[in-house]
Parts: sequence; structure tokens; C-alpha cells
Amino acid sequence: MSGVLVLMEQRGGAWNRMSFEALAAGQQLAAKLGLECSAAVAGDGVDALVKELAGKKLTKVFVIQHTLLKNYTPDGYVAALEQLVKKAAPAYVLLPHTYQVRDFAPALATRFRQVLISDVVAIHDGPVFVRQLLQGKLNADYKQAGAGPCFVSIQAGTFRAEDVEVGTAPVEDFAPQIDAVQIRSKPGEPFREAAQTVDLSAAPVIVSVGRGIGEQENIALVQELASALGAELAASRPICDNGWLPMERQVGSSGQTVSPKLYLAVGISGAIQHLVGMKGSKTVVAINKDENAPIFEVADYGIVGDLFEVVPELTKAVRAAKGQ
Amino acid sequence: MKILVAVKQVPERDAPISVAADGKWIDESSLSYTINEPDAYALEEALQLKEKNGGEVVVMCAGPERVTSTLREALAKGADRAIHIETNDLGQRDMLGIAQVLADAAKAESPDLILTGLQSDDLGLGQTGVVMAELLGIPHATIIMQVEVTDGGVKVKRELEDGWFQHVEMPLPALLTIQSGGNKLRYATLMGIKKAKTKETKTVQAAAVGAAPTITLERVYLPEKQKQTEMLTGTPAEMAAKLVEKLKSEVRVI
Repeated sequence: MSGVLVLMEQRGGAWNRMSFEALAAGQQLAAKLGLECSAAVAGDGVDALVKELAGKKLTKVFVIQHTLLKNYTPDGYVAALEQLVKKAAPAYVLLPHTYQVRDFAPALATRFRQVLISDVVAIHDGPVFVRQLLQGKLNADYKQAGAGPCFVSIQAGTFRAEDVEVGTAPVEDFAPQIDAVQIRSKPGEPFREAAQTVDLSAAPVIVSVGRGIGEQENIALVQELASALGAELAASRPICDNGWLPMERQVGSSGQTVSPKLYLAVGISGAIQHLVGMKGSKTVVAINKDENAPIFEVADYGIVGDLFEVVPELTKAVRAAKGQ
Repeated sequence: MKILVAVKQVPERDAPISVAADGKWIDESSLSYTINEPDAYALEEALQLKEKNGGEVVVMCAGPERVTSTLREALAKGADRAIHIETNDLGQRDMLGIAQVLADAAKAESPDLILTGLQSDDLGLGQTGVVMAELLGIPHATIIMQVEVTDGGVKVKRELEDGWFQHVEMPLPALLTIQSGGNKLRYATLMGIKKAKTKETKTVQAAAVGAAPTITLERVYLPEKQKQTEMLTGTPAEMAAKLVEKLKSEVRVI
């Protein structure tokens, strides 16, 4: 077994951009270990994507084309990728930590009696794979102990897609044996709920509220601060789960990705799923009662304190500064 | 319809966390525990499916004696029976080993549907459900918001990224991992708590640790800072004044 194999993700002929972050991770891991790096893309009618991939510094590009892979199903993907991994026999299989990967990669690893090291936020020498525990309160170092292959999924923003090295790679077609009866689930077309009326991605200032707010009626407190700042109000997932704010105001991996000039996080602990949606913000301010809350790891300015005391004072001070 | 819900007991969300002396896990001595939140949503989905379609809800949890409190709570909320898979060595099993223990117990029950949360609040690997399905040889779908029983199967609403969704249909038996927020959690009623005392909790022993773990957790530690954070201190009014000054002069949004 040798080499690094990166499994890229596409849907309907368009890349999931996180794939290139995983590709950068794969190239860097391979270089560090003195291994070859290859990549694979599965689907049906992915020629344009293959062409793009062949322009990267890779030992080989595997194209897994099959009509049964046109629409993603876990059964189809696990069957096809199991065959490819057996053939390519890589020491490491890297994937982007997408919703689709979360759906099939654990089963793929199980076919090899391995455990996927999921949601990796750093790779150190060893290799040591770093992932977060307890909603980001702690980091943990994981190592492969078994015979491999070692399956690893890479969290968004861990590596930079721009760091992917270019080159020329030979393309190899791989025809998996898949039978329609193996595919037990019937996927429908992706859809959106009602049209989004709030576009947080364009907002220059966002005030975002999290679980620390405690009760629905307390949200008014944060709304007042947002109004004073002329900011859009946003929230972390639990607030929208509770129905306290509409889902379209959610920032994070299952909501919107934002990069405002100012992101002011109130009572948000900063789980990774939230951080990936806002860490591109120019300036981050965090107000939280827990000085160890992971949100402070990405904050430029931090206030440790009771939001029920700090936020009203802040609203008052903003209004005074603006002469409101 | 027989629905099996696999739940996990995890440290309370606000529990103060400190690293254990050996640096390989957290200090558990003063922790309080609760049901893993996504698993609470899985239980709620199961209870609602039973209310709509009839049947039985069985809840199971692997772990030491303390996890029986989580099972009792599930019974008080309306589960019909509980299975405690007794094991004191979860830490020595990797995710595959734990999924195997759960799959063994599930097999003995032959449920129509297995529900579990999409991930745990402590380890957060987000894989147990998928691996259980693979070990049991049944279809699965992950990150599910809604479940509808159809002729001979289920139709589920699966969350995708960036506010997209997708319906997926599959035959039973099947396993679904449930996303939080798809339904509203209920509280246990006094009547429920009383009734729970008469409900069955079966204890089964987990098989001895089999294969050596394929991945190992070497070390846990506080995360390094990604940014230089300037902490603002003082009374609430002083901190507010300092922040407004920064917003004016540095961030320039006022």
C-alpha cells in the first residue's frame, strides 16, 4: 500500500469547492511522507471536471464513470469507491468533510474494517490528525493504528484551495461493477424551501446570537444592538432550531457563509459548524460568559461577561457614539 | 412498526471541562451527564412516528451504570422499553467497535427502523449510525429533518449544504441519523416519570473488546488560538465604551 488518494466531490458536473482544499491537503501530506498523490472523481458525464483535474500535480487521475453514479446514493458510491480503493491500494484516502462524505465515507471505511478520522482541522508530522472534541472546547490528536488504508475527511477552511499545485496528470478510466439492485435508496432532486429573502453574505455588519441568550424574548435585546449598529441579525443553529429566528438567518455549515467587516457574536460558543460559516469575517468580536469558549479562538476582540449586562450597555454606547 | 433509538450519554453542555491527568481524555470525576442532543431529536422523531403510525419505541444506550439515568428519562418521555448495553470499556473501543456493540443489540431486536442522532456532542465523529447500518446490511440516510412512513418504506427529508434539501425514499428496515431542529423536543410529564418505573429495562452485556482499535486518540488539549485576541476588561459599561472606541477607530463601522 502506498500513496495518497483524494476523493473529489461533484454534483451535476459542478465541483464542491471543498474538494480542492482536500486536494491541497493530499498533495501536502504526500510531499511530507514522500508518497505519490492521486485523485479520483465519480459520476456520469464529468469530462470537463476531469480535464481540470488533469492539470494538477498528481500521479494519476481516476475517473469513475457509471450511469448509476449520475445521482449520488450511498450504496452506489460505497460500491464504486470500495473497488477503486482496492485497486489503487492507497495508504491514505482523503476526502472533503461535506454532507455527502458524512453520508458514505464511514461505510466505505467500514468495508476495510477501518475508522474514518472525520472532520480533521490540522495535519501534523507523524502524521497526526487533529480534530475537535466537545463542540470545539478541546482538540484531540488522532493516529492511525491499524493496517490501513487510513481514511481522513478534511474540514472546510483547513487547507487552501489556492495552494493546490498545478502540473499534468495522466487520466485513467475506472469502470466499477455496480448493479441497479445494489442501490436501495431513491434520491430526489435537491430543492430549497421558500426563496431566501435575507442575504447575509452581503451584509457589512452582522450581530449574531447564540444559545447563551437563553429565552426567545431575550432576542429583542440583541435585535436592539443590531439596529443601533445598522447590522443584520443572524444566529447560530440552536436558535433557528428552536424557531426563535427563521432558518434563513442561520450562519454556519448548514446555513449561510458570511464575511462581513464586523461579526459580533453574542452568546455563541463557537462550535466548528458555526465557525466555518463566519471565520472569513474581517473583524470578529465575541461576548461570552465562558472565557474558554472556542469563539474566542477566532475573535479579534473579546469580552468575557454576562451578555445581559454587556449588551444593553453596548447598545447605549453605540447610540451615543452615533448621536442617536 | 418497531423503532429502535440508539442514544448516547454525554457531558452536560455547560459542564466545566478539564483534561485528565494522563492527557488522553477529560477528567470525568466531577462531570454531570445528559442525553446527546441530536439523539434527543431522534427519540422525539420516534415518539411522533409511533403516535402517527402505532408500534413500539425501544431505546438503547451503551455505557456504564450511569447511562441508565438517560434511559429512564427516555422511558419517561414515552419510550416503551429500554436496553442497557453494559460496558465499562467504551474508551478502549474505536468507533467501529462501539458500532458493532450497538449493531449486535439491534440485530437481536429486528427493528423496522433504527434512529440515532447525526453526531455526538462529545466525540463528534458523526459516524456511528452509518457504520451500524453498514454492519447490519441495511440502507441508511443521514442528516434527516423529517420522516414519513410510506408503503413498505420511508420517505425522508435530508438536509444538504447551504439551505438545500432532498427527499430520499428507501425500503425498511433502514437506519436514519436525525438532525436537530426537525421537531420540537417534549418534556417528561409527571405521569410519564411515574409510568417509566413500570417499564422494562433489559441489561445485556457487550461482547468483549475484539479487534485492536484502528485509530487511537493520543492526546487532548486546549486548542491553540488562531488569532491574537484583545480582551476588553472592566465593568460592563467600561467594556462597552472600549469596544465602541475600537469599532470607531479600528474596525470603522461606526
